[in-house]
Amino acid sequence: MLRELPIRGLEAIVGHRHLRRATSERVTYASDGLPTHRRLPALVVLPGTRDELIAVIRVLSQAGIPFVPRGAGTGLSGGALAAPDAVLIALTRLNRILAVDPQNRRAVVEPGVVNARLSAAAAPHGLHYAPDPSSQTACTIGGNVAENAGGPHCLKYGVTSNHVLALEVVLSDGRVIELGSPGGEPWGPDLVGLFVGSEGNFGVATRISVRLTPTPSAIRTLLADFMSLRSAGEAVSAIIASGITPAALEMMDRSCINAVEDSVYAAGYPRDAAAVLLVELDGAAPAAVDADARAVEELLTGSGARSVRTAADPRERERLWQGRKKAFGAMGRLSRDLVVQDAVVPRSSLPDVLETIAGIAERYRLVVSNVFHAGDGNLHPNISFDATDVDLKERVETASAEIMQACIDAGGTITGEHGIGVDKLRYMPLIFDGDSLSAMRAVRRVFDPLEMVNPGKVVPVHACREWIQGRTRQ
Amino acid sequence: MNGLLDKVRALLGAEAVLDPGSAGIGPRIAPPTPEAVALLLRTATEEGWKVRVEGTGSWQPADAPADLALTTRRLDAVESIEPQDLVATAQAGVGWDRLRQQLAERGVWVALDPPGLAGRTMGSVVVVGSSGPLRQGLGPVRDHLLGVTIVTGDGRVISSGGRVVKNVAGYDLTRLQAGGFGAFGVVVRAHLRLRALPRADVTLTLEGTREDLSRVGDDIRERGLVPAAMELLSPALARRAGWVLAIRCAGSAAQVEAEEATVRATADGRFAPLPAEETHGFWQRAAEGLAVRPVTLRLGGLPDATDDLLDMLAHQLGDEWISASPGLGAIRWSGETTAERLRHLRRTLAGLEVPLTLERGSWPLRVAVGHFGAYREGVGPLVRELRRTFDPAGTLVVPIAAEE
Repeated sequence: MLRELPIRGLEAIVGHRHLRRATSERVTYASDGLPTHRRLPALVVLPGTRDELIAVIRVLSQAGIPFVPRGAGTGLSGGALAAPDAVLIALTRLNRILAVDPQNRRAVVEPGVVNARLSAAAAPHGLHYAPDPSSQTACTIGGNVAENAGGPHCLKYGVTSNHVLALEVVLSDGRVIELGSPGGEPWGPDLVGLFVGSEGNFGVATRISVRLTPTPSAIRTLLADFMSLRSAGEAVSAIIASGITPAALEMMDRSCINAVEDSVYAAGYPRDAAAVLLVELDGAAPAAVDADARAVEELLTGSGARSVRTAADPRERERLWQGRKKAFGAMGRLSRDLVVQDAVVPRSSLPDVLETIAGIAERYRLVVSNVFHAGDGNLHPNISFDATDVDLKERVETASAEIMQACIDAGGTITGEHGIGVDKLRYMPLIFDGDSLSAMRAVRRVFDPLEMVNPGKVVPVHACREWIQGRTRQ
Repeated sequence: MNGLLDKVRALLGAEAVLDPGSAGIGPRIAPPTPEAVALLLRTATEEGWKVRVEGTGSWQPADAPADLALTTRRLDAVESIEPQDLVATAQAGVGWDRLRQQLAERGVWVALDPPGLAGRTMGSVVVVGSSGPLRQGLGPVRDHLLGVTIVTGDGRVISSGGRVVKNVAGYDLTRLQAGGFGAFGVVVRAHLRLRALPRADVTLTLEGTREDLSRVGDDIRERGLVPAAMELLSPALARRAGWVLAIRCAGSAAQVEAEEATVRATADGRFAPLPAEETHGFWQRAAEGLAVRPVTLRLGGLPDATDDLLDMLAHQLGDEWISASPGLGAIRWSGETTAERLRHLRRTLAGLEVPLTLERGSWPLRVAVGHFGAYREGVGPLVRELRRTFDPAGTLVVPIAAEE
């Protein structure tokens, strides 16, 4: 039942200007980067300071209103959608970089700081923030923490979880706690590690301390093109097995290549290739990076690359990367809607899984474009479609489920960096049993006993052991 | 006692009883499978038995008072090694040395060098969160764990993570187990992230005063070099007359050559490479040296506070057995001390926002000060609730907080 919203209380905290009550205003927040899910929140609140945020949560807690924290809304799992009985708290005004400490290579930020802005602030000190999701020019560090975001360069540098040192968190009842320590050593069990990737279910991070990484002085970017997906996949395996860890190792298939080349992000990828691999090597010593680049070039050629081209200068490198990072945007040209999938498979199974996905696409007469973090085995099969076509939408959903099952059958998992949100709830019982799901839910209730923060996400309650037992008793 | 033993024998077979115990000392039980661990803990919870979990006893003294000891030593299977995917799955009781050897035969390794004696189990490394010098360039224990299977105190089998290198499906319960001291269940299996064995692996050392070496360490950091390890070792630990700054460069031949050149260019060219045949022994002795004194603890501060923290340790506990990663602010200390001194040190460090984790010690010391001691405001109740979630009846005897 919809409880009465504490409008006056919230208005007193953030001011009239920072409440969004009209439907036309709230509709902006009804979806994230995944167009297949929409939920209109009861109200949107935009606190401007940490203290305002804490006060807002306390008011909502007292009123018994569930709430959903949201960063820039670039998520791809419906993780930041608020149901009509919930209030959405947009954190974009909490966008201050509170400290950059080059000596200790760390920074402290508010949750609404945009990922790329932090790297820009660290750049004068020869440092950067390593996790680089494709949406890094828009997505926020708070959202990255909630989703444990990855990105192309996570192959070498690790995902968000590897870079968060400490957190100040406001719990669902308004209590404020500090997790971790400035140096990163846990204060007790690793609750920072537990919090990162909890999709907002444990509370809202108000201050985030992160590690900064030295910016490599030498970078070599290689583009290799292949006439078959299989040989590109085999090249990935060969590089991983060689002991050289590229900074990034990305793959795009023909459909994706052509979408990029048809767009303003055209990067000069060969249109007739079945796949291209973008390989980046970096380090502090140019000679060493050059030597590794030569070794990788040999591996690429040995695996059947038709050609291998090295970016001649930073401008060409940027162009090659822009094509990759804007590939999702470029796919907008293919159709009205796009389902961005996110699964992970053991790297050696990439060639087989890619063929299986191609077979599924053919069987359901769908356009599937692959652009993904090949070095991690993190696939992003993207299905272009028109959601107004009911039959087509049904085929997309069935094919998506089959793709997920194929990845699980290969020993993989259902999400590498986008999170469960609402989109992948149905797949959770495919990889976790009832006891494991129950344990997750119990852990969530330690932080949020009434399940008021971002309700209905991550753990499918119907699949938990206690729910199944209760149903059996009935 | 006989009733307990009879029940255990009926549940798991007589061969699971390694040692029947004696007056005042509970029996030692070695379940052969994760399912047997679950069965034993389910029964223990129903019967109200208190259970001490141990590996081979080479790290933590096996001295916690309990109705029975559950040893993981028969859970020693390396279930799979997949060099092409850089993933291995092993049971908790496998010896770290044996695991390392099996991995090396397949051309891979877990890039960790935990302190401890030969025979220390993988499970012990995971639950203590024992990262060694390689934490500098290759990350702490938690970064090498892809997933775990645990058995809760009341016998439920829970899995988290998986066998792939990126995974955000569900909450990261794996991280709770890394460094959780077994308070949140018994780790029975882990999926480990592997790397290809480095093509080149060179260690350079420089001997001097601690102050001099700290400056050199700063210089290396400022050059943007992130070697696999940069460790400051006390004279006793390094078995040298003075303190030693040891830099380990591991990776491709070209990368190591470049890093070595950068290191040699610092400190007026005083760094000298260790002969290849001495390198393994050098690091192994340092790892073992931190496991033979009665107490081992770790601190984690900011890198620029490392010197001050080392001074404080020297003043309050002595500085004979120390291994520090100045690039991270991580310090490990070993030696003899008392509960009173540890409490005092922990209080002082808390004021500096530096956690002190007691990694090893006798039962009276562990129970007096706790592995973690006091938490920050508001965190203690969360930790207690988490424990209840994974061990509702308090079956597992683990003194993580001082008050317990």
